[in-house]
Amino acid sequence: MPDKPEAETVEIFIMGKKYEVPKGLTIMKAMEYSGYQYIRGVGCRGGFCGACATIYRLEGDYKLHTDLACQTTVQDGMYLTQLPFTPAGRKEYDLEELQVSNNPLLDLYPELARCVSCNTCTKTCPQDLEVMDFVNEAIRGNVGKVAELSFDCIQCGLCAARCPAEIPHHHVGQLARRIYGRYQAPESEHLEERVEEIKNGVFDDDLEELVNLPEEELRERYENREIES
Amino acid sequence: MDLTNSDRELTAEVEELSGENIFSCYQCGKCSAGCPFTDEMDLLPNQVLRKVQMGDESVLDSNTPWTCASCLSCEVDCPKGNNVPAIMEAIREISLRKNLDRVDLNELKTKELPEIALVSNLRKKTG
Amino acid sequence: MREITYYPGCSLKDTAKGFEDSALKVSKELDVNLKELSRWNCCGTVYSLTDDNLMKQLGPIRNLIRARDEGSDELYTLCSMCDNTLKRANSLIRGEEDKRDKINNFMDQERDYEGSVEVHHYLELLRDILGWDEVRDRVVAPLESLNVAPYYGCMLTRPKEIGLDDPHEPTVFDELVESLGGTPVDFPYETECCGSYNTVDNEEMVLNKAQTITAGAKKSGADVIITACPLCHFNLDRRQADLLEVAPNHKPVPVIYFTQLMAVAFGYPEVNNFDEHAIDPREALELKTKAGSKR
Repeated sequence: MPDKPEAETVEIFIMGKKYEVPKGLTIMKAMEYSGYQYIRGVGCRGGFCGACATIYRLEGDYKLHTDLACQTTVQDGMYLTQLPFTPAGRKEYDLEELQVSNNPLLDLYPELARCVSCNTCTKTCPQDLEVMDFVNEAIRGNVGKVAELSFDCIQCGLCAARCPAEIPHHHVGQLARRIYGRYQAPESEHLEERVEEIKNGVFDDDLEELVNLPEEELRERYENREIES
Repeated sequence: MDLTNSDRELTAEVEELSGENIFSCYQCGKCSAGCPFTDEMDLLPNQVLRKVQMGDESVLDSNTPWTCASCLSCEVDCPKGNNVPAIMEAIREISLRKNLDRVDLNELKTKELPEIALVSNLRKKTG
Repeated sequence: MREITYYPGCSLKDTAKGFEDSALKVSKELDVNLKELSRWNCCGTVYSLTDDNLMKQLGPIRNLIRARDEGSDELYTLCSMCDNTLKRANSLIRGEEDKRDKINNFMDQERDYEGSVEVHHYLELLRDILGWDEVRDRVVAPLESLNVAPYYGCMLTRPKEIGLDDPHEPTVFDELVESLGGTPVDFPYETECCGSYNTVDNEEMVLNKAQTITAGAKKSGADVIITACPLCHFNLDRRQADLLEVAPNHKPVPVIYFTQLMAVAFGYPEVNNFDEHAIDPREALELKTKAGSKR
C-alpha cells in the first residue's frame, strides 16, 4: 500500500514456518503474499466452491479451527495449513435404479451406522450446517430432510477429515439431494410449461432474430434489457 | 501352557477395559449354563474367564466374544455379580483397538438390513 | 390430556413405522399426547460396556440433554433398545462423577448434564401410571380366544438395576394381554436372546435362534408373538421368512409390536401397517378376534 508506508502486520505460521503478513488479508491472500503459488486448493475465491479448506490453531487456544482460506482473515499467532482435499470414497450408483423406500443412503454408505453423535462434524463445518443432524436423518432414511439440511454444503470435506466414524458426510448429502431432486421434489409447473413451449417452437422466431442481429444492436439490447427485481 | 512365565498383561488389560475383577469368578459355570449361544462358541463363557485369569492370550482368537450378543443373561445369573458381557467386550476391544475390525463394511450385504441391526453390529464389531 | 415427551428412535421412523403409528393411535385413545422431541439423534442402540471409551456414551446422553433443554424431566421410549441404552447412560452420569465430568467437558457447547431426566418405557406408563383398568376400559374388540406369546427379549428386563420387570419371570406383557382380553401363553423362550446384532454377520446363528423361539411359541399354542424391540422383530419376523425358504415345514408365527396388539383390541387394526411384516399377522388376528368389527 503506497500511501501507508508502514502497514500493520500480523505474524502467522504456514505449515510451521513464520511469516509477517499485512493485517486484514484473507488466509489465501496471505499465503500468496508469503510466496505460495496456488495450483490446486483454490477455486472461486468467493466462498462457494469449497476448494480451499483450511485448518488452524490460535496461540493459547486448544481448539482446532476450520474455515475456508478465501473467507477467513488472518490473525496474529495463527498456525495453519490447508487441507484442500479429503480422500472419501464416493460410491457409484445409478440414480434411476435407487429405491427411496429402501434407505439407499444407508445401503450405499453403511458406515453411517458408525456415527456416535459426537457432533465433531457440526463443529467443523465452515458453512455452519447441522451435519450431525443430517447424518442422523440419513440413518433413519429421511432423504428429504438430509437434502434440506445439507443444501448449503460446498463439499469441502472437512467433516469427513475429522469424523471418528470415518463417514463421508458430504457425499451422503450430495446423494440425498440427487435422490430428492429425482424422486421427491415437486415438479415445477411453470418450468414444465415453458419447456413444452420451447419444444413446440414458440420462441424459434425470436431466437432466430437475435442470432441474426448485428453485434452492436445485440449489445445495446442486452444493456437495456428488462431485469426482474 | 506356561503359567509361570505369564506376566498376566492380558488379565490386567481386560480388567482395566471392563472395570471388573476377573478373579472374583470361581468357575461355577452359571454363565455358560444360561448362555443361549454356547453351541456356536469354541470356548464356553466360563472358560473364557478362566483363560483371562491365567493371562492366556489364546482367548483373543476365540469366536466366543464375537458370538456374544450382549444379552446379559449371564450377568443376571452370576452369583458374584460379574459383568461377563463387559469382559467379552473388553476382549473385543483389544482387537478393535489394534484396528482389527471383525466386520468388513465393504463385504457386507447391507440391503434390507435395518439401521438398528447395522448400528448395533458396527458398534460392537468395528473400532 | 396428559402430555409426555417421547423419544421415538430411528427404527420407528423407518422399518418399524407400524410400531409408532399404533402407539400414537392407542395413546390418543388413552388420552395421552406423545410429544416427540423436536431434535434427537441415534441412541447408539447398544450400551457401551467398555469402561474407558466414553465416546460411545455421547449419543444417548446428548438425547437426555436435548430433553432437558426442551423442558422435560421425563422422557418416554417405545423401543426397548433405546430405552435400555438411554437408561444405562443416564445411570452412568448419575453414578460416576469422574466420567460425568469428562463427558461434560467434551460436550463443551452444551450445558452440563447431571442426570436430571427420568427415562421411562411406555409399558411403565401403562402399568404404573395409567394402570391396566384404563387399558381394559378402551377395549372394544377383546382378543377373546387369541393366544399371545409374550417375547420380552433382553433389553426390557436386563440388567436388573435397569430392567422394568423381573429378569427371570417378567409379567408386564402377560398383564397387558390379559387386560386386552387375550390369553398369555407361557413359553420357554420368553427372555431368551434372538441373536441381536449378529444378524448382520452371522445370519445362520440368528436363523437357528428364530426357529427355536418361534417353534417354542407355536408348541405352546401361540397365535401371535408380541415384542417391544425392532431388532427382535426383524430377527423373528424377517428371519422367520428366510427360514421358510430353507425349512418349508416350519410353521410360522407372526410377530407384532405390543402396541399393534393394543390397536387391534381398541378397534383400530388399520393403523398397524402390517404390510411391512414378513409374516403377515392379519389372518391369525382376524380369526381369533373381533378385530375391525366394531368401528
